[in-house]
Order: sequence, then structure tokens, then C-alpha cells
Amino acid sequence: MEWVLFVSQLLDGLQLGVLLFLLAPGLTLVFGIMDFVNLAHGSLYMMGAYFCVTLTPLLDSFPLAVLVAIILTFVLGIVVELVVSRHLYQRDHLDQVLATFGLILFFNGAVHLIWGPEGNSIVLPDYLNGRFTLPAGIEIPTFRVAIIAIGLGVAGGLIWLVTMTRMGMLIRAGASNRRMAGALGVDIKKLFTLVFALGAAMAGLAGMMIAPITEANIGMGDDILIVAFVVIIIGGIGSIRGAFIAALLVGMIDVMGRSYLDGFMKLFMDNQSAETASPALSAMAIYILMAAILYFLPRGLFPPRHR
Amino acid sequence: MLLVFAIFPGLAAVFDQPFLLDLALRTMILATAAVSLNLILGYGGMINFGHAAYIGIGAYAVGIPAFYGEYSGYVQLPLAIGAGALFAPITGFVCLRTKGVYFIMITLAFAQMAYFAFVSIEKYGGDDGLVINLRSKFSGVVDMESTLEFYYVVLAFLVGALYLVSRIVNARFGMVVQGAKENEEHMQSLGFDTFRYRLACYVISGAMASAAGWLMGNYNYYFSPEMMSWTHSGELIFMVVLGGAGSLFGPVLGAIVLIILEEVLSGATVYWPLILGAILIAVVLFARGGLEGALALLERRK
Repeated sequence: MEWVLFVSQLLDGLQLGVLLFLLAPGLTLVFGIMDFVNLAHGSLYMMGAYFCVTLTPLLDSFPLAVLVAIILTFVLGIVVELVVSRHLYQRDHLDQVLATFGLILFFNGAVHLIWGPEGNSIVLPDYLNGRFTLPAGIEIPTFRVAIIAIGLGVAGGLIWLVTMTRMGMLIRAGASNRRMAGALGVDIKKLFTLVFALGAAMAGLAGMMIAPITEANIGMGDDILIVAFVVIIIGGIGSIRGAFIAALLVGMIDVMGRSYLDGFMKLFMDNQSAETASPALSAMAIYILMAAILYFLPRGLFPPRHR
Repeated sequence: MLLVFAIFPGLAAVFDQPFLLDLALRTMILATAAVSLNLILGYGGMINFGHAAYIGIGAYAVGIPAFYGEYSGYVQLPLAIGAGALFAPITGFVCLRTKGVYFIMITLAFAQMAYFAFVSIEKYGGDDGLVINLRSKFSGVVDMESTLEFYYVVLAFLVGALYLVSRIVNARFGMVVQGAKENEEHMQSLGFDTFRYRLACYVISGAMASAAGWLMGNYNYYFSPEMMSWTHSGELIFMVVLGGAGSLFGPVLGAIVLIILEEVLSGATVYWPLILGAILIAVVLFARGGLEGALALLERRK
């Protein structure tokens, strides 16, 4: 029984890590290449979920809806980049924070207007809604496996894109020295629109993956955005590899802390104080981790080599 | 502007609009918090994206003693300021080692940490917070339960905050902090330990914001982790920038405009965040230097 719980927690942590990793590249690359703080990234995550909410009954197929919704968030990413973000790259961080904060309000208001104030759920098709049983009697929801598989697949694809292709080379060049890359004839503006939209599509995908579990609601992106920021800061801004490791680390610590910390703390304090202190401490765990890492490595685990 | 606030209760009474008095109270409390943020953001260049945490801390310093039946303001107010002044150096010591975006994000992370810590403490209401039965008591001095007396207490705090900030930024200490914003290496080569100056400034600002939080808890008769949410920190930054960062009265102006905007828009439509968000984006894209800057520009043209 103990093991069943442990494996299920492990999968929970993996799932959270994978979702965080889907959110991270958009933030870390946009940050790394253009030095742009995008608080509205969580809104794209929310929009992805809502697109999927509408499309699933319309197309009568969840996978098809996800595909179309990815394209829609990609287009939305292009629009946001052209209309708002593009004009902010040369501004200081304060202006960027404010304008993208405005975008959050805008998108939250827009969702309220279009989809109404209540949460919207997505009904999964039967083949994703079941469970399958592992030898030791461990039951796993199929959809959870699907999320992890898709997430790891996208992660693999992204790493391939960044390390193996010509476009990835340009992205890396832009990330390590934007002006030099521009001087050597890379069309930084176009490249950046593409990176922004790609990040948006991945954030949207993360939203679509979580919506069937928690349902899509207004402001769903606001809290996870902060955790995604924690991830990219721990990983080192601009580093895909760092983001991947940090996402899994944060996902695991968060989930494991919530389930095992009180047991652990009971080892060296009395039951009652462990029960009061551990929820607070486990909620803070990832932030403590981040503060500790920044204290010793102010630029994260895999800092950008050149700025 | 302050004079308008001073005679405002009279005006509200003449027009029989107690609702306006309530609005003015909220504006002044938020303005006090924005003034404290302006000290580090406007003058010190430290973009603290977790300032609302201090508001929450101040409010809990009213609520937790009240929960145990301790209503004395002589306990609660020092507790609020003390807690803020304790939280600030602990977080500031880590935050101020970082620069730029990292600073923004780590201040945000610490505020989230405080937020989640209070969410998970079931005893004090957890997610929902708790109601405070009575405002802080200063027996024989002021009666905080009377709206009018509470109003002038709040006004006194606002004036005090403005006075404090104006004294600080014109003193040698404030000059060093402003110098460190412009060119930190230059200040260091002049022999100033800029880290310590900035940390001290950060702590003063945090303590001031906690005092504003103490007012907020009293005003609402209520405290909850929601007061610390990062959207409120964003609103505070907006007030400072809208009014004009680094100008003494800018944050007050920003608070007035934002509250009026919110009030008008939310009265007009439930979809008000849509419009407010668009205004916010437009302000950043097209109006630089905030309202104070725009006013100064107009005056110069005359």
C-alpha cells in the first residue's frame, strides 16, 4: 500500500514537472533573447485551455480540438507579439511588467466576457478517461500517462529543435548575443516573433492538458505562472536544459513535500507542531529552494554564459 | 491635494455621501502603501513585486492579536511595523544580492511564500481569512470605531509617510540610495557600502507598508491571504508608475486615479478588467513619465 501511494505521488510530481516544463521555454527564451519579462504568459496558458473547451464539443474529438487549439494559441502569440510585446523590448523591465500585467487583466476580462465567470470542464473521450493496472496492483489514470508522454515528447522535440536544427542554432545565437547575431544577418525580429508564438503554443498546450483535470477557469494561469518563473530562475534564464531539470525538481519537491513532509517532521518534533508547521513549510518549499539557490548562485543553475 | 483630503469629510457630509468617505479612506490607505513603495522603486530603483505582502503582514498583526482578544493598538501597531521590519531584512538580504529581472522575480517569490504560508495556517482562517470584530483600541486618545476619527488617523499616516519619504530622499542617506540607482559602481568607488544603504531603505519601506497594512486590516475589519496576492502588488506598482515614479506626490495621484478608474469602470460593466487592462497597456506604450510627468510637461509649455 505504501508503495502504491509512493508511485502515484511520483507520477503526480512528474506530471506537474512536465506541465511546468511546457510553460518554461516560452518564458526562458523570451527572457533570454529579448530580455523581456512576460507576465502574460499565464494568460496564454488560460487561453489555450479555453480554446480547447469550445473546440472539443464542436469538433467532437479531444485530440483534434487540442491540435486546432495549439494553432490558435500560436496565432494568438503572434498577435500579442506584434501588437504589444514588440514595442516593449527596448523599454525597462518596469514598463514590461506593467504592460503585461495589463494584458493579464485584459485576457481575464475577455474570458469573463466570452465564456462567463464559471469554470468550464472538458469531457475526455473514454479511451483517455480509463485507468490501467500495473502488476503490483497500482492503478494509473490513462490521461495522466498521456500528459507525461506528451510533455516528454514535446520536451524531446524542443531539445532536438534547439540543438540540432538551423533554427535552433539561430535561437541559441540570439540568446547568447542578440546584437552580434543581428549584425551577422539574422532577422532577429522575425525570429523572435516565432519564438514568442512557439512559447505561446506550448503554454496553451499545458493549459489544454490540465483543463480536463481541474477545469478551465479565469485566472488559472496566474498562480502557475509564478511557479514557472521560479523554474526558469532556478534553471538559469535562457537555458532549456536548466528549465527541464528545474521543472522536474520543482514538480517533485512540491508534490512530495505536501505528502511526506509531515511524516518526516514527526521524526524530530511532536505530532501536533509537525501537523501545523508542515503544510506551511511544504507550501513554501519551492520558494525556499529558489531563495537558497539564488543566494549561492545568483544567476541560477545553468547561467547564460554571455550577456 | 492633501487639503482636499483634509476637508473631504465635510464635503461628503454636505452632499450626504458616506460612500465617498469610504472610497477616500481606501484611497488614502493604498496611497500610503504606494508612497512606501515609491521610496524603493522610484528613488531606489528596486522594483519590488511583492509589496502587497507587507499589507497582509500588517493586517494579520491586527487580526491575530484580535483573535486572542488583544485589541490594544499599542500592541498591534508596533507588532505590525515590527513584523514588517523583520520580514524585510530577511528577504531583502537575499533579494538585494540579485539584479534586474531576478530581483523582480525573487521579491515576487517571497510574497508568494508569505501568501501560501498564511493560506495553509488553518487556525487563522486559511484561505478565507477571518473577520476582526473591533478596530485597534487607543483608549482615551482616538476612537477608531468612529469613521471620522479613523479617517483623520489614516490621513495622519499618509501625511507622515510623505513627510518621512521627503526627509529621507533629501538627506545624505537618501542621496546615496538615489546615487546607487543611477550608478552603483560609482557610489561604491566613492566608498559607500551601497548594499547596506539599499537594505536599510528596503526595510524602512517595508515597515511603512506594514503600517499601511495595519490601517487596511482596521479599515476592512477583515484579514486574508488574498491581500498579499501578487495582483495587488501589481496594482501598487501601477499606482506608483501612473502617478510618476520618483516624485513625492506621484503615488498619491496614482492611487486616486486608479481607485476612481476602478470604481467608475466596475460600476459601468462587470467586464471592467478588460478596459482597465487596455488602459494600462496604453499608458505604458504611449505615456511615459506618468501623470506627474505629463502635468510637468503641460506646465512647461505654458
